[in-house]
Amino acid sequence: MKILRAIPSWITSAVVALALYFGVEWLFRQGKLTIYWQQVCQMAGIMAITSLGLNVIYGFNGQFSLGHIGFYAIGAYTSALITKDWQTQWSGVRTGALAGVLALELALVMAGVVFMLLRVGRLQKRLRETLSRWLNQFEVGFLSFLVLAVALIISMAVGIGVMKGVFAALPGFLENLLGRLPAQMATQVVFFLALICGALLASIVALIIGLPLLKLASDYFGIATLGFAMMVFSALQNADKVIPTMKGARGMVGIPRLTTWTWAFVLTVAVIIITRNLRYSSVGRAIVSVREDEIAAKAMGIDVARYKTLAFTIGALFAGLAGGLYAHLYTFLHPSTFNFIKGFDPLIIIVFGGLGSITGTIVASAGWAFLLEGLRVLLPQGFEAWRFVIYPVLLLLIMLLRPQGLFGGVELGWLRPPKVVRREIPTPAVRPVEVVANPDKHSSESGGVAQ
Amino acid sequence: MIVALAAGFLYRLLALILSNPAYFFEQVRNGLQLGFVYALIALGYTMVYGVVRLINFAHGDVFMVGAFTSFYAITRYGWGFLPAILLSMIICAVLAITIERVAYKPLRDAPRISALITAVGMSFFLEYFSALDFVFTPDYITYKRPFEVRVWEVGGVTISNIMIIIVVAAVLLLAFLQYVVRQTKIGKAMRATAADKPTARLMGINIDLVISATFGLGALFAGAAGVLYAIAYPQIITFVGILPGLKAFVAAVLGGIGSIPGAFLGSLIMGQVEVLTTAFFSVPLPSGEVLRGSTIRDLIAMAVLILIFLVRPRGLLGEPEAEKA
Repeated sequence: MKILRAIPSWITSAVVALALYFGVEWLFRQGKLTIYWQQVCQMAGIMAITSLGLNVIYGFNGQFSLGHIGFYAIGAYTSALITKDWQTQWSGVRTGALAGVLALELALVMAGVVFMLLRVGRLQKRLRETLSRWLNQFEVGFLSFLVLAVALIISMAVGIGVMKGVFAALPGFLENLLGRLPAQMATQVVFFLALICGALLASIVALIIGLPLLKLASDYFGIATLGFAMMVFSALQNADKVIPTMKGARGMVGIPRLTTWTWAFVLTVAVIIITRNLRYSSVGRAIVSVREDEIAAKAMGIDVARYKTLAFTIGALFAGLAGGLYAHLYTFLHPSTFNFIKGFDPLIIIVFGGLGSITGTIVASAGWAFLLEGLRVLLPQGFEAWRFVIYPVLLLLIMLLRPQGLFGGVELGWLRPPKVVRREIPTPAVRPVEVVANPDKHSSESGGVAQ
Repeated sequence: MIVALAAGFLYRLLALILSNPAYFFEQVRNGLQLGFVYALIALGYTMVYGVVRLINFAHGDVFMVGAFTSFYAITRYGWGFLPAILLSMIICAVLAITIERVAYKPLRDAPRISALITAVGMSFFLEYFSALDFVFTPDYITYKRPFEVRVWEVGGVTISNIMIIIVVAAVLLLAFLQYVVRQTKIGKAMRATAADKPTARLMGINIDLVISATFGLGALFAGAAGVLYAIAYPQIITFVGILPGLKAFVAAVLGGIGSIPGAFLGSLIMGQVEVLTTAFFSVPLPSGEVLRGSTIRDLIAMAVLILIFLVRPRGLLGEPEAEKA
């Protein structure tokens, strides 16, 4: 047992992960898994990615978000537009959509930067204070609103300028760059870029809507994000009026099938590693402290607004990534896939797994995918309609029996919190020599205090 | 910019209203009709939230059960309108109290999210169980109205007896609710429980009874709303409760959840926003197509919700209070 304990936990976890990967791959190569089950395996990974995203937002940071599916949808549609353009050239140029999305993202970021620069918080505060000597509150409010509006207009102008400039140059450049690669590889590169672009767009949107909304108290934030998800749904239904390829309520077809078990697995593992390392970093502790007690966190000098926004943006990034994988797995997108009812799935998964538990989220996503699909196969002919009767009954039973979730905050293997390394603090009584031997440090410290 | 857009939109709206006032008032009437139905659903959400701080997602499906019950009572057993609506109300109340006892009561001391998940599960269960062949039906059914539709014209605006029934029923039920909450003992107990549960328990109030009564009372209104909704929009399916339920809930939040007048106000606003967008909103797009209000009314309604949140983070009539854990 002692020898087992001595093995670093990341080795065992890596062995388990590799065994899982090669096991499924081997089963598929042997033809023991049908394409249908292969898709279920990939779906489990996709669900794990998006649920981990929600886990960062709700499990770690305590922000009750019901709008996760909106980011998933943004990621799915954005990446699908890019790869579809690469395959069928719906925009006329192979890299048109890729360049367009990149230009849009760059423009949004630039506009945001300019906006932040134009209304530097402290400067505006001082301006307000100065003005309030001569003007009444309403007039000051109006003036600062005016400043805000001007800043917004200027930053939008900058954004549009950037977008036009970038979009003029980018398609040719990208075409040239990707044209040098072998065709197979270029497709994979485009797919990867599409996933990244979708995820980035989702997180930029999260940043834009998160900044004003994250001030709301928990249930109100939930409803506002639910409203956001419904807005995305409604916009997707009308999307064909702006971009005809998106087909709106008819559903987008002809997306290349690029998601493979390898892609799904590698990205899931990457997201798990990022989430785990985030959780146990100082940023992660700050994020969790906001969940535990916002006021205490603020008193400890933690910028609550910043960490809320950060967690929300990271969560949306994962959701967008998962959405991109989803789009290239089933090759068909329809707005009803992204309605708010489906948005409860990641929430159910993270609560099932145990809120805030990474292990729980992974296990529950796999369980969810296999349960829902398994029921489809297991139920006898003529009882397919019972699938969604059995599912909620199981849901109720598990919730009633284990209200804290399957894992209830417990982690396994490498996902366990790292051991705290206790630093030996030399005390004068034990090692008086060291204190004397290190006089410089002490003098500089006391000097710092004196200043 | 938002102000400029809003001003432009209001200007356009005003121009349209002046060009055809009768059409405008007809739309306002439609909005009122919808708003009253939403109000009846929203009350159940807001009362339950006020007492147990639970977003009861199954409420919309209780509403659906109300619509179906009255459908079977009317078409299969030939009941009249009044007995049918009463039956729906009672069955909904019994159903809601059962759900509360089975699914929510055991979780009262668990984290709030667990109860929310069971509420979602309960909602799925009601939808899909009712869609089984031997329960209700998986298909759309056309609701047969128990009375003839009559239409009168008052000053250029047509008013049907459906509209009158909805408004009268809603106002009566609201008056009944006000009476129960303000004048009776159980209403007093509800208010006490909403304000402070542990203290209310210390004062000798039977919390379980009060919570059940709250669920029951909310479901009475949901049942009535189901019947009224089916009469006004006579196409029902077991998933019919989702969208009205959600919008009524949003309306309750918009008005300030936990507040009964807030739920009423929010519902009226929601009804108007939805109907007026459908009627008046149309934006030509660069691609040559026209974006019509009927297709994006949910988007506009949610945008209104978010805008109101930015100005009043706890809804219109919501009381500012410290977050409860």
